[in-house]
Amino acid sequence: MTTETPKLRPWTGDRAPASWGLGEGQAIPWEYAPAPEAREIVRLRERYGLFINGREVPAADGATFTSIDPSTEQPLAQVARATPADVDRAVRAARRAQRRNWGALPGAERAKYLFRIARLLQERSREFAVLESMDSGKPIKESRDVDIPLAAAHFWYYAGWADKLDYAFPGRVARPLGVAGQIIPWNFPLLMLAWKIAPALAAGNTVVLKPASTTPLSALLFADLCRQADLPPGVVNIVTGPGEIGMHLVRHPGIDKVAFTGSTAVGRLIAQGVAGTDKALTLELGGKAANIVFEDAPLDQAIEGIVNGIYFNQGEVCCAGSRLLVQESIADQLIGKLKDRLATIRVGDPLDKNTDVGAINSRQQLERITELVNAGVAEGAELYQPACELPERGFFFRPTLFTNVAMSHLIAREEIFGPVLATLTFRTPEEAIEKANNTPYGLSAGIWTEKGSRILMMVRRMRAGVVWANTFNRFDPTSPFGGYKESGFGREGGVHGLHAYVRLEDR
Amino acid sequence: MTTTQHRDSLTRERANELIRAWDARPGTLGSLLGRVTAVDQVGVEERVEALRRRSIKKASKLWALDLAIRMIDLTTLEGKDTPGKVRALCAKAVHPLPGDPTIPSVAAVCVYPALVAEAKEALRGSAVRVASVATGFPSGQTFREVKIAETRAAVDAGADEIDMVIDRGAFLAGDYRAVFEEIVEVKEAAGPAHLKVILETGELETYDNVRRASVLAMAAGADFIKTSTGKVQPAATLPVTLVMLEAIRDFERQTGRVVGMKPAGGIRTAKEAIQYLVVLYETLGPRWMTPELFRFGASSLLNDLLMQIEKERTGRYQGPDHFSLD
Repeated sequence: MTTETPKLRPWTGDRAPASWGLGEGQAIPWEYAPAPEAREIVRLRERYGLFINGREVPAADGATFTSIDPSTEQPLAQVARATPADVDRAVRAARRAQRRNWGALPGAERAKYLFRIARLLQERSREFAVLESMDSGKPIKESRDVDIPLAAAHFWYYAGWADKLDYAFPGRVARPLGVAGQIIPWNFPLLMLAWKIAPALAAGNTVVLKPASTTPLSALLFADLCRQADLPPGVVNIVTGPGEIGMHLVRHPGIDKVAFTGSTAVGRLIAQGVAGTDKALTLELGGKAANIVFEDAPLDQAIEGIVNGIYFNQGEVCCAGSRLLVQESIADQLIGKLKDRLATIRVGDPLDKNTDVGAINSRQQLERITELVNAGVAEGAELYQPACELPERGFFFRPTLFTNVAMSHLIAREEIFGPVLATLTFRTPEEAIEKANNTPYGLSAGIWTEKGSRILMMVRRMRAGVVWANTFNRFDPTSPFGGYKESGFGREGGVHGLHAYVRLEDR
Repeated sequence: MTTTQHRDSLTRERANELIRAWDARPGTLGSLLGRVTAVDQVGVEERVEALRRRSIKKASKLWALDLAIRMIDLTTLEGKDTPGKVRALCAKAVHPLPGDPTIPSVAAVCVYPALVAEAKEALRGSAVRVASVATGFPSGQTFREVKIAETRAAVDAGADEIDMVIDRGAFLAGDYRAVFEEIVEVKEAAGPAHLKVILETGELETYDNVRRASVLAMAAGADFIKTSTGKVQPAATLPVTLVMLEAIRDFERQTGRVVGMKPAGGIRTAKEAIQYLVVLYETLGPRWMTPELFRFGASSLLNDLLMQIEKERTGRYQGPDHFSLD
C-alpha cells in the first residue's frame, strides 16, 4: 500500500470565489461587519424643556443650549438652559410634593411606582441605550449590557426597601430628609441618575436633579418615563444647564440634602457651598485606582481585567484602574501580553455593536487627556498606542499604555479620566500596598492573585472604598460604593445607600 | 584552572540533583508545569461572553463558512460503523454539495483504526486526509504496548493523522510523567502522521487542569491539542477552547513551536462555528486561520454550514432535505 500524505492546500485564495479577489499572501477577509444599532428607535425632538412639577416647561428666559453627539460633533437637540428662577420653581414643586403627597404615602405605594419605573426602563431599554450612546459617546455594548440594565436593577433593588424601612436600621425609625438636590456627571448619565433617584424616592424624599450639560438627554427621556409611570407631579424634577445652575441648586435654602458625583475640584466647591448649613451631603469624586497584579495571578484573565479596568467607557470612570501595579518578576511578560491585547481593541462608532472603545465625551475632555498624555511623554514615560484607525470626525483617543512610569510622574498622580494606563512595578506585597495607597484618592482598587489569604490581607490594608479581587469594574445595587480621602464620603448602593437619604430617630 | 572547573562541575551536578529531588519528577517536567499560570474561571467565561457578540456578516461570513468547511474533521466513531457508512462519509467529505464545485472538501475524515484502510481507499485522489483515533479511544484504559501497537497499525493502514487520548487517570493521579512519556512514545510510533492529543476536558473538569494538560501535551510533541472524544459531556465549549488557545499562544511565545487546535464534540451550528473562529482570531490572530492549525471535530455541523452558505448566496433557506444525510 502506498502511503501518500496529501498536503492540504494553503488557505490563501484557492477555494475562494474570484469575486473576493484573494491572491497569494493577501490578508484574510476577516472583518467584523459594522453592526450599527438603529438610531430610529430614538425619536429625538428638536427641543427639550425642563421637567418641573410633572410638566415640561421652557427656561424662564427661554434660553437653550445644544447637546451634541461626540462621535460626529453633530447637534442632537436644543435643551432648556435653566435659570435660578427655574431652580427655585423646581425646589418648591419638590417640597410641595414631598409634604403633601410622596412623604405621606405608605412605603408599599412608593414601591409600586419604583417597580413600575424599573419595568418601564427594561421595556424601553433599547431606546435608552441608543440615546445614551448617541449623547455620551459610550459604546452601545456597554450602554446595552451595563448602564441600562444596572439602572433598572437599582430601581428594582430600592423599590424593595420602600416598604421595609422599619427593618433597615434596627431599633431606629427612618424618616425622609425632605428634598434632595442631586448633581450627576456625564460618564454614566442614566446610571448615576438611578443611583441618585432610586434610594431618595424609596425613602420618601423628592428630588431636583441636574444632569451634566454634555449629556442631558437620557435624563429628559427619563422624565418622559416618569410621566408614563404616573409618578405624582413634583416627585422628580429635572433642571438642565451649566455648572452654575448646579451650584445654585446646592446653595438653595429649600434643599435638605445634596448628593454629587463628579470631579474632586467641583466636589470641594460644593462642600464649601453646603458648609454652615444643616444640609446632608454625600460626595462621590475622583479616583486613581491601583490594579495590582501579583506573579501568581491568572495572567490571561488579569489582562482582560486590566483592559476592562481602564478602557471600559473610554476610561471615563471614576473608579477606573488607571494605575497598573505589576510585580516586577512578571512585568515583561504581562506588558507583552497587554500590548498584544490592545492591538485587538476596536475604537470607533459608539453605536456599532463591535466597538470596544467609543468617543470621548467632549472636546474639552479630549484636550485634557491629550495634555496629560503629552505631559507623560515629556516626563520620560514610555508611550505605547496600538495602530488602530480613528474616525475622522468626533472626539476619539487611542487606547494608551505608559510603561517606565515613576510614582512622581503626573500621569501616576492626576486623574486623567481617559483611556490612559500608567504602569508601575513593585517587588513585594508591602511595596504594592504602599504605592497603591500613596495617592490623595481612595475610591477603588483591584487585586489579582490566586492566594486567598493575600486578598484578605490586602483588602484590609488598602485605603479604597471598593476592592475587587480577580475582577474589575463590577457593580451591583446591593453593594455599597464610595470613597476614602479625596474620593469623597458617603456610600451609594445597598442599605448604606439608603442610609444617605434618611434621618434616623429613636423609636 | 582545571581544578576550579572540576569543582564547578561537581557543584553544578549536585545542584541539578537537588532540583530533580525537589521536583520529585525526573527531567524538566517540574519546571515545565511550575511555569503554567493559573486560570480564573469567571474571567474566562466573561471574555467568551463578550466575544460571542462579535458580528460577522456578508463577504467575511461567507469566507468564514467556507473556511469552517475546510477545517472539518468529518467524524464517525460508532460501534455500528461499517465500510458502507465510511464510504458514504468519504463521498460527502470530498464533495459536500454535489454539483457545486465552489464548495470545498473538508480537511479530513476521522474514523476508528479498523476502518482506516476503507477510508483511505475511498478518499484516493482527493486532498482529504484520513484521521484515526487510537490509543484505546475513548477511555485510554489499556496497556501502553497496545496503544503503541494500535497507533502503528493505524498509520500502516494509511492514517495521515492520529487522534490519541491522554491517560486521564494518570493525569488526575498526579502522574504527569506517565502522561508525558506516553504522548512521546505515541508520537514516535505515529512517525510522519500528525498527532492530535485529546485531553478530554470534560473529565479534567477545571480550567487549571486543562491548561496544564495542554502545556504537557505540547511539550511532549502534540501537533494539535484537542478538547474531547465526543463521548463525554461536556465536550467542546468556547471557554475551554479559549483556555487551550491561550496555552498555545504562550507555548509559542516561550518555545517558538506552533501547535494547532481542535475543538470536537457538540459543535452543530454554523453560528457556533463562527463564534469559535472569532475566539481563534482574537486569541491567535490570522496565522491560525487555516485547516493546518485549526479543525472542528464534527459531523452534523457540515450540513448547517452548507445551508447557511446557500442562505448567504440566495437570501433564502433551503429545506433540510436538500442536504444529504450520511
